[in-house]
Amino acid sequence: MALLQISEPGQSAAPHEHRLAIGIDLGTTNSLVATVRSGMAVVLNDELGRPLLPSVVRYASDGKIEVGYAAQTQLAADPRNTIVSVKRFMGRGLKDLEHVDSMPYDFAVNGNEAGGMVKLRTAQGIKSPVEVSADILRGLRARAELALGGQLTGAVITVPAYFDDAQRQATKDAARLAGLNVLRLLNEPTAAAIAYGLDNAAEGIYAVYDLGGGTFDISILKLTKGVFQVLATGGDSALGGDDFDHRVFCWILEQARLKPLSHEDARLLQVRAREAKEYLTAHGEAPIAARLSTGEFVDLRLTTGIFNEITHTLVRKTLGPTRKALRDARLSPDEITGVVMVGGATRMPAIQKAVEDFFGCEPLNNLDPDKVVALGAATQANLLAGNRAAGDDWLLLDVIPLSLGLETMGGLVEKLIPRNSTIPVARAQDFTTFKDGQTAMALHVVQGERELVSDCRSLARFELRGIPPMVAGAARIRVAFQVDADGLLAVSAREQTTGHEAHIEVKPSYGLSDDEIAAMLKAGYTHASDDAFRRALREVQVEAQRLVEAVQSALREDAHLLSMLERAHIDNCLARLQSVLVGDDRRAIEAAMDALSKGTAEFAARRMNQSVRRALAGKRIEEMDRL
Amino acid sequence: MDFNQDCFALFGLPRRQELDTLRLEALYRDLQARVHPDKHAHLSPAEQRQAMQWATRVNEAYLTLKDPLRRARYLLELAGHDVRLETNTAMPAAFLMAQMELREAVAAAKAGRDIDALDALQRRLEKEIRAEHASLQAALEGGDPARAGELVRQLMFQEKLLHEIGDALEVLET
Repeated sequence: MALLQISEPGQSAAPHEHRLAIGIDLGTTNSLVATVRSGMAVVLNDELGRPLLPSVVRYASDGKIEVGYAAQTQLAADPRNTIVSVKRFMGRGLKDLEHVDSMPYDFAVNGNEAGGMVKLRTAQGIKSPVEVSADILRGLRARAELALGGQLTGAVITVPAYFDDAQRQATKDAARLAGLNVLRLLNEPTAAAIAYGLDNAAEGIYAVYDLGGGTFDISILKLTKGVFQVLATGGDSALGGDDFDHRVFCWILEQARLKPLSHEDARLLQVRAREAKEYLTAHGEAPIAARLSTGEFVDLRLTTGIFNEITHTLVRKTLGPTRKALRDARLSPDEITGVVMVGGATRMPAIQKAVEDFFGCEPLNNLDPDKVVALGAATQANLLAGNRAAGDDWLLLDVIPLSLGLETMGGLVEKLIPRNSTIPVARAQDFTTFKDGQTAMALHVVQGERELVSDCRSLARFELRGIPPMVAGAARIRVAFQVDADGLLAVSAREQTTGHEAHIEVKPSYGLSDDEIAAMLKAGYTHASDDAFRRALREVQVEAQRLVEAVQSALREDAHLLSMLERAHIDNCLARLQSVLVGDDRRAIEAAMDALSKGTAEFAARRMNQSVRRALAGKRIEEMDRL
Repeated sequence: MDFNQDCFALFGLPRRQELDTLRLEALYRDLQARVHPDKHAHLSPAEQRQAMQWATRVNEAYLTLKDPLRRARYLLELAGHDVRLETNTAMPAAFLMAQMELREAVAAAKAGRDIDALDALQRRLEKEIRAEHASLQAALEGGDPARAGELVRQLMFQEKLLHEIGDALEVLET
């Protein structure tokens, strides 16, 4: 009989327990979830063995929320309440959207001065794109929890590299609503590069050409000794396979000389258009047949020749950003080792040919273009969760896609952080007051490459209050931008002469405010009441347990960096957290976590110093060895 | 180790204009492999904040040292020489004449939507910039900060024009 193992009291039986982490590709058309199992990244299928989850959500009038295939079957029957391609709405206002007229939705008008993010009126009330995305993420989360059978440590969620701050923030908010702990937002082409690079032990300079359902990204990466360094990225966050479908849809309308269509008929023909496009990937001609509600019958043949003719401007539209990214990386097409193709839309032969002609080499298609992003995300999630194995020493250095700046006098943009800066990155600039006794200041943060504020995207307006009254021009207000490893911007301001931290109120132009998110989270709690409360408590407990383990492990490694007194203080905080951890007082747990975090800040700084010193010392010894 | 030490010390490199860029890159990768937030994502929030600040600092230092013009400005600043970019716009007459002629050529090519001409101007300017960098390094290593400051101002002027050519090409190509 096998002997059972019993661990020492107070010690976990598995100190290096495998943490459950997932990678999510939240796509315009389809979404996927993947994880690393026994060292291999795998996509998690649904109960019927299907890897994809169509990014479709239906808010039925009976209160049911359907996600994926179930919602997809209702596309034409219930177009107003069945939301497709919601990713195109993330962090976007109504005037940013194309083809609004052929969309069957009932857009809700916002009171916000900038227009705010679009919202949709459904049978279940007004829905923000963030909430719709959260429903897709909930579906993937449920799939992962069922497959993995446990509490998830966290998720890496991919976003188009060209997503701006508002679109990224909206994605992170959606994950929060879905109850996911976001380990990192990862750029889709970078995720693909990880999957490709690690699989093929690739070295050199690679381009990743990623044409998805609604977004286009091009990233140039340098792969050296396990470091994935993004040199430049470019793209178009409103260009994808959907646009090819739309061209075919317009062609059908024109050819069949149809009268204005009902929403149901329009949806039907949009589906037929997409099917025809996909059919042309392997055939020279695609039949298009549909019976409309009016009794009219559509019967057309779309040839490759016509398809290429009506879509060639879209193909060409991807080459502009490609050139720009290469120029930003100071490279020419012939210096690229290989081009990795990602996204379902790269299956189109015309795209393959255009890429081959541009780079002068055959694109790399040996990965499933639908799955590669999710697989890369899962690999990254596994690493971030702390499941490190031999050979997992690779590092990712990514960039921000668009410059960040502030509005100055005359509606001009002062750029603080240029595009393609490696993240995390910070920049600060001093400003002064215009009037005597001025105690407040308004800041307008924008993102984009143009010189005029009106040509850039408004991210947020900040109001700084509590500046000590001084004569005009005497105050020195240092405004600092910090972009974190998710590519998200945080702004802070401090009056330099007095050291006074100004209070900042943020009004996102296209995002949801913290209050709105809090309200949505709260609505979730009251809906499912007790169950959701338990779940939230459980999440905080798991998080607290992680913190306890992290601090204990740090103490085991580096207790020598602390004085007796400092050690005693940390031990105190630890004991306090461990005592409240088992209870059901969420606030007490959060307060104890906060105290422990603060209590270990100096310790963390010393540990990092030690690590940096070792890195440099190691380098020097290595170099001496070489002599 | 001091978080606020100068960029050269951070990488353990000698404080001079001549730099082995391959070595800098290798050091940069090694440092980031230690401090990057991805390496600390499973640790406590305090350690994650530390990681972000360090990685930010390493990125900034790398940028400062990698680009020869920035490196030169930084060296002058460390040595206490004010380059006076905003106030001192005086440049040798011959340099200004050559630059004005170049600017006119760029404007003409831009107006004529002549991509080839812009390309050629870009290459010519890049060649001139490389030559100036050699002089800049000599001035810095030879202990002539006044001359180095002058060259820095000229190079900033030229790089600005180079950017404008790049922007013009971008507009024409799209």
